[in-house]
Amino acid sequence: MSLDQQAVAALDRIPNPPSSSGPGRMLPFLRGLGGFAATVAFTFLGLLAITFFIGRVVPIDPVLAVVGDRAPQAVYEQAKVEMGLDRPLPMQFVSYVGKVLSGDLGKSVSTNNPVATDLARVFPATLEMATLGIIIGVLLGVPMGVMAASRQGSLTDQVIRVVGLLGYSVPAFWLGLVGLAVFYAHFGWVSGPGRVEIYLDGMVPTVTGLLLVDSLVAGDMEVFRSAVSHIILPAAVLGFFSLAYIGRMTRSFMLDQLNQEFVTTARVKGVPERVVLWRHAFKPIRVPLITVIGLSYAGLLEGSVMIETIFSWPGIGNYLTVALLNADMNAVLGSTLVIGAVFVGINKLSDLSYRILDPRAR
Amino acid sequence: MANVTDWLLDDSPASRMQARLGRTYRIVLALAKNPLAVVGAIIVALLIVTALAAPLIATADPIAQNLSQRLLPPSADHWMGTDELGRDIWSRVVFGSRITLTIVLLVAVIAAPVGLVVGAVAGYFGGWTDRILMGITDIFLSMPKLILALAFVAALGPGIQNAIIAIAIAAWPSYARIARAETLTFRNSEFIAAVQLQGASATRVIGRHILPLCTSSMIIRVTLDMAGIILTAAGLGFIGLGAQPPLPEWGAMISRGRTFIVDQWWVATMPGFAIILVSLGFCFLGDGLRDVLDPKQGEKQ
Repeated sequence: MSLDQQAVAALDRIPNPPSSSGPGRMLPFLRGLGGFAATVAFTFLGLLAITFFIGRVVPIDPVLAVVGDRAPQAVYEQAKVEMGLDRPLPMQFVSYVGKVLSGDLGKSVSTNNPVATDLARVFPATLEMATLGIIIGVLLGVPMGVMAASRQGSLTDQVIRVVGLLGYSVPAFWLGLVGLAVFYAHFGWVSGPGRVEIYLDGMVPTVTGLLLVDSLVAGDMEVFRSAVSHIILPAAVLGFFSLAYIGRMTRSFMLDQLNQEFVTTARVKGVPERVVLWRHAFKPIRVPLITVIGLSYAGLLEGSVMIETIFSWPGIGNYLTVALLNADMNAVLGSTLVIGAVFVGINKLSDLSYRILDPRAR
Repeated sequence: MANVTDWLLDDSPASRMQARLGRTYRIVLALAKNPLAVVGAIIVALLIVTALAAPLIATADPIAQNLSQRLLPPSADHWMGTDELGRDIWSRVVFGSRITLTIVLLVAVIAAPVGLVVGAVAGYFGGWTDRILMGITDIFLSMPKLILALAFVAALGPGIQNAIIAIAIAAWPSYARIARAETLTFRNSEFIAAVQLQGASATRVIGRHILPLCTSSMIIRVTLDMAGIILTAAGLGFIGLGAQPPLPEWGAMISRGRTFIVDQWWVATMPGFAIILVSLGFCFLGDGLRDVLDPKQGEKQ
């Protein structure tokens, strides 16, 4: 039993006053949860306010775009009323929120589909790439951070620190391009742009939209292999940024722990260094690391916007870029909203898991 | 010389100016002991010198096309090769530093004061003022910066001015958070109470007594944010929403080199090195400044 657990067990032995036993103890936690839900709702409303505001700033007159600039005044006015643009701004905002909540994000000018349909189609591709990226980032970043902290000041530490800072200073799109030039064009180790070889496109039925999963479900190994060789480079580029951040944070958390007295005690007792590092020092930082990983995962969604164009990856980033260049505002705002919502969602989830997992935060 | 240092490091300065200069001198001394910070300072200084003296450093006109010289590899004549219109990439990178420096400075000049004032006002008044201002700040903070900037540029239209405005809109909230946290730590201090009792208005208390105390953490934050601002600006340029051709903006240059990445790697690669170098410089300098100006934070790192 570790020291922490002993402390918790000791606290449990303290008798509770009779009134606050059982469900009563849960009450503050649940109340906290209610407040939490309110903040989440408020943030999402704020997000909608931003996209609504941006939609209003646009110098393009939405009515003119529909009726054309030769339309007589009467037609223009009628269209304006039909589109609800004659009503006061707060009313327009309410109807905008209602529309978004019912899944209506308007129609995309460039694809001629409802934006919501488009986004549902492209989102899995981004999710797949970012998920693989975060897996790479965690698997490499955490051990790197622990290693750097355990040998503070050594060459290993310096190298890992510089890698961490590079994560803040290398443009993602540039790294993607260089990666393509080196690993695809020069060495031929990986496949080039796209999600899968063109002749294999659409060979497996869409179940989840995640090609790696779908091809396994269909049992088509050829598609699976091709998908792996296509996804590995963009995922590795994203993984680099996430490992830089996760490694940097792990290092700083670990250094905090290694300076604590319980670590000295463990070392003095003769506990092997490996056990000191992973059992004693690493255990308490798992909870804050979850927040860091959550942030990094959300950040990868942002990063994917920059590199999807380079890898012709048919995800939300590519969709947003095309929409931006075509001034397709419904698609731009829809993508912004979805990326923002996922970003907020992941942040709030990691916040919540922090509250649940760390007894001090309750 | 010894007299000057003695005067600077005097424990009981005779004037405010002496105290200020002494403080600056101590910061510089502490920075000089940190090798990474020195490297960072040198890189940033180089950026400024390059931007100021661009016509002297560049070997050719950054915009002049010469189709007979197109896509030449790096050589003694063209240190970084030439692009698809025969323009010298080295000269374009050199002139590009002007654009980068302009963007970075303007974003800092717009975003930092706005964040500073919003945060200080929220922290000083508290209550509903605080709740409303910080509510707005948190909503902006909850959005990914790049996406926010992209959406605003989409609305405002492409171009370097709009890119600067969009990046500033995405950048101010984190400064507001810091300024508020700083303000809260000394809002109830005795020196603030003393000024209030003398009848100073809220504007005066915030402007003369609170804001100056927030500046050092603000300088650290802004320096550390520079890399992010440079990357966002380059990203906007890369997508085609930032600086427009023929301006030698680094992100836009990488974008043009995409087509030639396999056979003429230098077109896209070279501007990327410039971005990395400058961003790293700001990161190093920011890290060093934090260690010197904010030792509490520095120990954690």
